[in-house]
Amino acid sequence: MAEILIKNGFVIDPSRKINGDVMDVAIKDDKIVEKVGSGAKVIDAKGKVVMAGAVDVHAHVAGPKVNAGRLMRPEDKLFKSPDAQEHYRMEMGFSIPSTFKTGYDYARMGYAFVMEAAMPPLHSPHVHEEIHDTPIIDEAALPVFANNWFVMEYLKNNEIDNAAAYVAWIIAATKGYGIKLVNPGGTAAWAWGLNCLGINDPVPFYDITPAEIITGLIKTNEYLGLPHSVHIHQNSLGDPGNYTVTLDSLKLAEGVKARNKFGRDSVMHSTHIQFHSYGGDSWANFESKAKEVMEYVNTQKNITVDLGCVTLDETTTMTADGPFEHHLNNLNHLKWANVDVELETAAGVVPYVYDKNIKVCGIQWAIGLELGLYAKDPMRTFITTDHPNAGPFIRYPRIIKWLMSQKAREATLDTFKYKDKVIDATNIHGMDRELTLYEVAQMTRTGPAKALGLSHMYGGLSAGLDANVGVFDLNVKNMPSDPEMIEKALLRASWFIKSGQIVVKDGEITGHGNKRTVWVNAKVKANPQVTRDINEKFLKNYTVGIGNYPVWDALAPNPLVIDIDAEA
Amino acid sequence: MAEKIILNMITQRAVEEGQAMEKGKTTPEYFAACSVCEMNPEDMKRLGIWRNTNVRVTSEAGSVIVKAIEPTQYCPPGLAHIRQGVWANQVVPPRTQSTGVPQYSGFPVTIEPAINEKIKSALELVQGAVGIWKGGN
Amino acid sequence: MPKWITQVGCPYCGSSCDDIECLVSDDGKKILETRNACVIGNEIFHHVSSPDRPKRPRMRQPDGSMKEVTYDEAVDYTAKALIKAKKPLIYGFGSTNCEGMSAVARVAERAGAVLDNCASICHGPSFLAIFDNGYPSCTLGEVKNRADVVLFWGCNPMHAHPRHTSRYSIFPRGFFTTKGQMQRTIISIDPRETDTAKLADYHFMLNQGHDYELFDAFRTVLRGHDIPAEVAGCKREMILEAAEKMKNARFVMIFFGMGCTHTDGRNHNVDIAISLTRDLNTHTKASIMAMRGHYNIAGPGQVWSWQFGFPYCIDLSKGTRAHMNPGETSSVDLAMRDEVDCFVNVGTDAGAHWPIAAIKHVKKHPVITVDPNICMASEIADLHVPVRVVGVEEPGVVYRMDNVPIQFKKVIDGPEGVPSDEEFFDKVYTRMCELTQTEPIWVHVKEHAKASSSLEH
Repeated sequence: MAEILIKNGFVIDPSRKINGDVMDVAIKDDKIVEKVGSGAKVIDAKGKVVMAGAVDVHAHVAGPKVNAGRLMRPEDKLFKSPDAQEHYRMEMGFSIPSTFKTGYDYARMGYAFVMEAAMPPLHSPHVHEEIHDTPIIDEAALPVFANNWFVMEYLKNNEIDNAAAYVAWIIAATKGYGIKLVNPGGTAAWAWGLNCLGINDPVPFYDITPAEIITGLIKTNEYLGLPHSVHIHQNSLGDPGNYTVTLDSLKLAEGVKARNKFGRDSVMHSTHIQFHSYGGDSWANFESKAKEVMEYVNTQKNITVDLGCVTLDETTTMTADGPFEHHLNNLNHLKWANVDVELETAAGVVPYVYDKNIKVCGIQWAIGLELGLYAKDPMRTFITTDHPNAGPFIRYPRIIKWLMSQKAREATLDTFKYKDKVIDATNIHGMDRELTLYEVAQMTRTGPAKALGLSHMYGGLSAGLDANVGVFDLNVKNMPSDPEMIEKALLRASWFIKSGQIVVKDGEITGHGNKRTVWVNAKVKANPQVTRDINEKFLKNYTVGIGNYPVWDALAPNPLVIDIDAEA
Repeated sequence: MAEKIILNMITQRAVEEGQAMEKGKTTPEYFAACSVCEMNPEDMKRLGIWRNTNVRVTSEAGSVIVKAIEPTQYCPPGLAHIRQGVWANQVVPPRTQSTGVPQYSGFPVTIEPAINEKIKSALELVQGAVGIWKGGN
Repeated sequence: MPKWITQVGCPYCGSSCDDIECLVSDDGKKILETRNACVIGNEIFHHVSSPDRPKRPRMRQPDGSMKEVTYDEAVDYTAKALIKAKKPLIYGFGSTNCEGMSAVARVAERAGAVLDNCASICHGPSFLAIFDNGYPSCTLGEVKNRADVVLFWGCNPMHAHPRHTSRYSIFPRGFFTTKGQMQRTIISIDPRETDTAKLADYHFMLNQGHDYELFDAFRTVLRGHDIPAEVAGCKREMILEAAEKMKNARFVMIFFGMGCTHTDGRNHNVDIAISLTRDLNTHTKASIMAMRGHYNIAGPGQVWSWQFGFPYCIDLSKGTRAHMNPGETSSVDLAMRDEVDCFVNVGTDAGAHWPIAAIKHVKKHPVITVDPNICMASEIADLHVPVRVVGVEEPGVVYRMDNVPIQFKKVIDGPEGVPSDEEFFDKVYTRMCELTQTEPIWVHVKEHAKASSSLEH
């Protein structure tokens, strides 16, 4: 590694409130620096945008359910895979790309960090094997907790210290990053074929409610002082009328203050909120409640959200919300995979076609974008597709195009078979807000880095941050009148430098970078009761030995460990 | 009493075969475990053989000498079982119904007494088939 | 003092038991005793110390005899054979770790090979059915803790997975199944009265090869329609009774095996089994699982799915993208059509387990066997490369039949100078790059892995 100077680009760096100023960015080894010597490699960014490496707060890119999707969908490869770049690994798949394609495509779009959004603890070695095989991008993974027997037991008795000791043990054992909740209680109910659709539905057998699980895990998260807040996929995903459940869940964060050393202000990240902002009580009167949901989010400074925008593609849905996938399968009757994981969680996978000739799909598309357009604080609203659930991550530039251009939105709306019905059920038609590139940078870089407690490494271009820099062929002073050009420029960076290495040039991969696995090691006081409970459950109920459960260091060969002392 | 009978053949795993295989495919244990054809005593009677006599098993794919034994796990009349392995695969048809998987189970075989014929070793069968067997017969 | 090592993984069947205990000699070189293993597993742990085990590669000479060669010579021979071949076939992987599978995948991609695993002749049809119909499944702990009706369809764990019934499926007392076997209804579907069928409350001794009809009868009954007095040789009353048991169960588990995939119908038998599981989920909770044969034969399905998008039968000969079409790109079919011109057998024994006709075809071209033991594939090979035994002498990740990854530890040192599958194939890869004067692709991540792998096990 050496020195690089990116000269004369329009720099957009919301972390320093820089908006399109013509500046240089200097890199030495793997960090951004104030200046470099005259021997530095010069990249001419004149007339181009320079932004920090992007941060994806939520995507399903590695692990058992992603791979279940790859395995069961050969049709996702056929005629949908590009030819391999010479001297690079093959790139197979569209909605659920191979690990190599995942790393390459994220890099081509200038992404530096991706959060795998749901890791079943029992399968954590699998998640890390895939992360290990994903080039270039840094990754972390969120273990799922909201249907875990230990957690439900401790929270039922309001034993936050025990829950915290257990959570800390799991996060370290799985080399995980934080606390993920998926359909709290509902997935546990699914083990018997049931579900919890409201936050006060009791979880069968466990004598606890989703609301108590959510509240308890928020407390646990702040007790531990983790870098990220709890990251929640709420109950009743995908159901008409679910926005009330969403608001009820969000309200559980009211009055809670973030406690951490990472500059995070939020205490709840509500993910793929598009799937949770539905009105009506059937598919017949299904409608957007984006406005109602976002108006609440706008007022609550301690909540962050990501959009989960529908991209109108044939894709593969996958979630630890097992009962939802079963329900979805009963709607579309395509193939259905399910994995219930002992003591911990479940997952389902169903292919799905978001067809612009279907009214509901059009409404879903509109809701995702409306949420982005109603957002008052782009630092708390992040662009995702819940990859691959609402669409593949390679559509992020398309989402950005839609958010930045009313013309592009209306053009897509015009292609809908039930355009009028979609317009009736949504507010998208005529919304004239067009996001700026600065706001997009907040929503894809600075904001998510902050919410993840990673502002000290990602999301900006200050000296000392990791040298992740993208250069895109967009002139902020003279933006293209054709919105397609925005998508094109953002899909394939002119340059992308990851940890100080040039990994993309002219949209093509030029190197494999120095990929890292980011994980959190939270220390808590020794807790004999929790240790005893863990040992007992492994002896009696698990089918894997406790000694073979924690992920080997060899599976995360280039780690970036964030140490936390919860007692301090 | 018939000179030959036609049975429906399946070839599947047995714990004896598994254990012997791990000991080694050239061991006497593997020979003993796998060079046998399990068939119902009624079928033996039809064929006019005692248990533990050698028989020739012939399918569309080939033929092999194995020892007819009484099933260790009950086999109804009409069904025969050679434990998976070298002897079984001398007669398993390689046709796959375009799935990749040969017809390991459910193929017709002719079984006839072969009292005076010797059962070949695993090595002789496999090396012999590819023309590199150096031992005697 | 000899030392007991606990929570050892067993490198035999798809149960992938990880509770084996091994007594290891003072010098750390020999396993003196094992606990908890089945007879087959026990044999593996003891066999590693057999004096007959080959410890150097052997190459076939013009006179047909085998002569010891160095590992470097073996690497060179393998690299050259793979480069020379237009369409080599690399097959096996019943007995190696995911690290080895990954190393071979890299070699295969470079060689433009067809990459296939034992599923091709075992549960391949199950994959075909999964492609069509999905796979509603669970981990084995769910079975242990919840299942109260368990079906064994065309599988015989008492023989093929000896501890499956005691660890997971029939006998164990789980969280919601505190009475163990007493609380479970066991249904066996098998044309023979196997030792598993003997444990069953209901044994359907169906006419061999008529599985589809019987599955269909169960579906018909569950949907409230009538069936004939006899289906596939089984009586209507018994079918009705068993269907009622399933419907009223709290958690139905269907295990299926080679009885479905090796016979007429193949993938269609599995397809309807999955449909039955889906139907049952409208009444209660139901799950299905393939009884995978080897301790890590689920591994290549996982590793190659994340690397290429396909679990098996992967044709990489195009060089730019992978292609899978079982029947066309499956090992036995390729062999029978004489379409491959080099055969590499890794961690399995095609010589014993393929129909002999297919072996005759592959033997027309160079045959290389990479396997710890003397086996039929080693004895017909032009080159036999012995390697360390995964799970005993080499650690690594394996995938149990339920796709749960288990980190198998190393128990004793391997024979001196003998590499692992991964090490051997990494060297083959490097040699191929040297010979073709090309750059290796993204190997530094492996160097990281090696640097830190000494920390555990």
